[in-house]
Amino acid sequence: MDTFIAVLSRIAKAVLTLLAIAVLNFFLLHAAPGDPAVVLAGEAGAADEQMIAQLRERFGLDQPFYVQLGKYVWGIMQFDLGYSFRQGMPVSQLIMERLPATLILTLTAFFISLGMGIWLGVAASARVGRASDSLLTTLALLFYATPLYWAALMAVLVFSVWLGWLPAFGFETVGANYTGLARVLDIAKHLVLPALTLGLFFMAVYMRMTRASMLEVSQMDFVKTAKAKGLGGAAIRRRHILRNAILPVVTLAGLQAGQLVGGAVLTETVFAWPGIGRLMFESLAARDYNTILGVFIVSAAMVILFNIITDIVYRIVDPRIGARS
Amino acid sequence: MNFLKTTTFLVAAALAAPLAAQQDGGRLDIVVQPEPPGLMLGLVQNGPTQMVAGDIYEGLLRYDTDLNPMPGLAESWTISDDGLTYTFKLHDGVKWHDGEDFTADDVVFSADVFLRETHARLRASLAYVDTITAIDPLTVEFKLKEPFGPFISVFETGTMPIVPKHLYEGTDYATNEANATPIGTGPFKFDKWEKGSFIHLVKNEDYYVEGLPHLDEVYYRVIPDAASRAVAFETGEVDVLPGGSVENWDVPRLTAMDGVCSTGKGWEFFAPHAWMWMNNREGPTANQKFRQAVMYALDRDFMKDVVWNGFGNVATGPVSSKTNFYSDDVTIYDHNPDKAKALLAEMGYDGEPVRVLPLPYGETWQRWAEAVRQNLAEVGINVEIDSTDVAGWNEKTANWDYDLAFTYLYQYGDPALGVSRNYTADRIKKGSPWNNVEGYENPELDAKWAKAATLVSADERTALYAEIQKEIVDDVPVAWLMELEFPTIYRCNIHDLVTTGIGVNDGPRNAWIEE
Repeated sequence: MDTFIAVLSRIAKAVLTLLAIAVLNFFLLHAAPGDPAVVLAGEAGAADEQMIAQLRERFGLDQPFYVQLGKYVWGIMQFDLGYSFRQGMPVSQLIMERLPATLILTLTAFFISLGMGIWLGVAASARVGRASDSLLTTLALLFYATPLYWAALMAVLVFSVWLGWLPAFGFETVGANYTGLARVLDIAKHLVLPALTLGLFFMAVYMRMTRASMLEVSQMDFVKTAKAKGLGGAAIRRRHILRNAILPVVTLAGLQAGQLVGGAVLTETVFAWPGIGRLMFESLAARDYNTILGVFIVSAAMVILFNIITDIVYRIVDPRIGARS
Repeated sequence: MNFLKTTTFLVAAALAAPLAAQQDGGRLDIVVQPEPPGLMLGLVQNGPTQMVAGDIYEGLLRYDTDLNPMPGLAESWTISDDGLTYTFKLHDGVKWHDGEDFTADDVVFSADVFLRETHARLRASLAYVDTITAIDPLTVEFKLKEPFGPFISVFETGTMPIVPKHLYEGTDYATNEANATPIGTGPFKFDKWEKGSFIHLVKNEDYYVEGLPHLDEVYYRVIPDAASRAVAFETGEVDVLPGGSVENWDVPRLTAMDGVCSTGKGWEFFAPHAWMWMNNREGPTANQKFRQAVMYALDRDFMKDVVWNGFGNVATGPVSSKTNFYSDDVTIYDHNPDKAKALLAEMGYDGEPVRVLPLPYGETWQRWAEAVRQNLAEVGINVEIDSTDVAGWNEKTANWDYDLAFTYLYQYGDPALGVSRNYTADRIKKGSPWNNVEGYENPELDAKWAKAATLVSADERTALYAEIQKEIVDDVPVAWLMELEFPTIYRCNIHDLVTTGIGVNDGPRNAWIEE
């Protein structure tokens, strides 16, 4: 019941936060130099006043700023993200077209990094000080420090250009028209490099955090008690230490999950992954206001959603949190 | 040397055996960068749209690499002696991709109604046109108010794409649902567009030119990262890298691969010409001596060899040597730092910094700006590089907020279409980056530009344009840099990929793949 009320109040706050984000982003975007009409005219390689005026009128940019803002916010309140004049379709449709590709990529990366990170962290903490621990922490540091962009290019160079094992980029084999299982396998093959590239960084973070947290918790009195009770090492680690050590990892996982929609811009660009991060980036360059605001709002909604989910997970992992509030 | 070898080989091959027959079938994967905002060529005319939609839509004419008109939708044409009446005889039996008949009414609708409203560049030329009439279903007549020398050059796909009247008449063009599935008369039909991944075109089986096209299908691939595009070509994912789709320093590596060819042809009609606008209104750049000093300070051969990997030519003035009406009888600005310093001393340059605005089109342009900064610093000019993105660049140049700004413009086959727009006073208009942005005013030359556009005789035009070039090069309204060359890189088993002066936009029409 407590949890239910807490969630309800969070949702109410979330709606206000979203509106505030929409307004703030609207101001920020319009403060950037140039507008979509100028960009479109610029791309045409020729323009006269008539053309720019026509475009501005069509885009509604000829209206006073507060009218544009008011219309936009009114639209948002009715779940209408507006129309992308550049792409010639409703923003919600554009986002829905791109969302699946992004989610496949980011969710895969999320689960790989979380699973592997925790597992390796636990393993390293159990062997603390030994060679295998040093090897794991060094590797983690390396992954943590490597710029994503560079790692991606190197992965392509090694696994696609030199070894020829995996496709270098793209979502699936273009023009192969696979269906069913063949298509799933094809997409999975294309998914390996981008998902690993995207996942390695977070895997390193989770591993280091799990390891540190495990070591800290393993010094606590209740662990000694458990040992004194005669419990085995593995059981202590899993049921006693890990359960207490996992909270900071959950916090971080909540943060990463918030980036599921908008956090893969670089990976999507290098691997030509037709996702939403690229849509956002390209729309920004084109000053396609509605599209980029739409992506921002969906991303913001995801962040808020995962914050709420994280809070719920806290309560499950550590029931004391619910009791205290 | 390579050229010699190839030539010898070709001659030998030609002697040894009759030319291999053109083979039908196959698929071509071509990079398109960036992803076009739309494919309805009548509404959107940016580079990528022209490249893809150039296979779907057609113009009345095409142009060879010497810029002579060739048949397109029109199989023949006549121009009256007074230069006022252009009559086009259209191909018989042409059908739109949806099966409707193509007729002279479509041409009249496109030129007189649709494009007048949507196409800014054509609108400027249509100002000379009095009437456009369909004489019969296969004959169209354009009557001009006064002679307009370059008029024969406005019938190319990107300039005057013929759009289907039956789909657009009486509708709101911008929101017409047909825009999502473009219907043209061209050699390829639109099939599918997976946003962010590819555009798929398929062979138009009913194409009116017997035997064309040879290819079964064309995929235009969207790959947003330049390094990934190079990899895509290396791994065989794509077969053609159109000009500008990889960074210049990757070009030598790719062309050195086995079975890879490249050509600089196919851009003659556009003849991209690069310069820096110099703000003629204020700051040091308002002084003619300063502008001349900039020209002498720049080592443009170095820029060509290093920044552009040897592709292109150093520009001598406003007109590209690749187009007609070019004249080399002008003051040549060599790399002469001493002369530049002397000019700066003469004008009393006080070290006021100038802002250089690079073109935000990738690493090459950034490096070019750095080369300029170094050259200018060598003669004592203080330079600040003012980096921005595409929208910011458009905004700043359109509102004259710069001292030196990189740009390049297409010449469209004739100075009256692609050159004069940057130099005449009537084209000084805030709000657009495609006109006289530098603010150059020279009434005497304005009169000459105007006259040269309306002369009928080509010889008279040549003489007048030569005069203009000689004078304007001394004034240095802008710092001319280079005639750019964007090599098309492709696999050698693809033949006839670039056959015309607009080859970048109609390549797949004639192309065939040798098995």
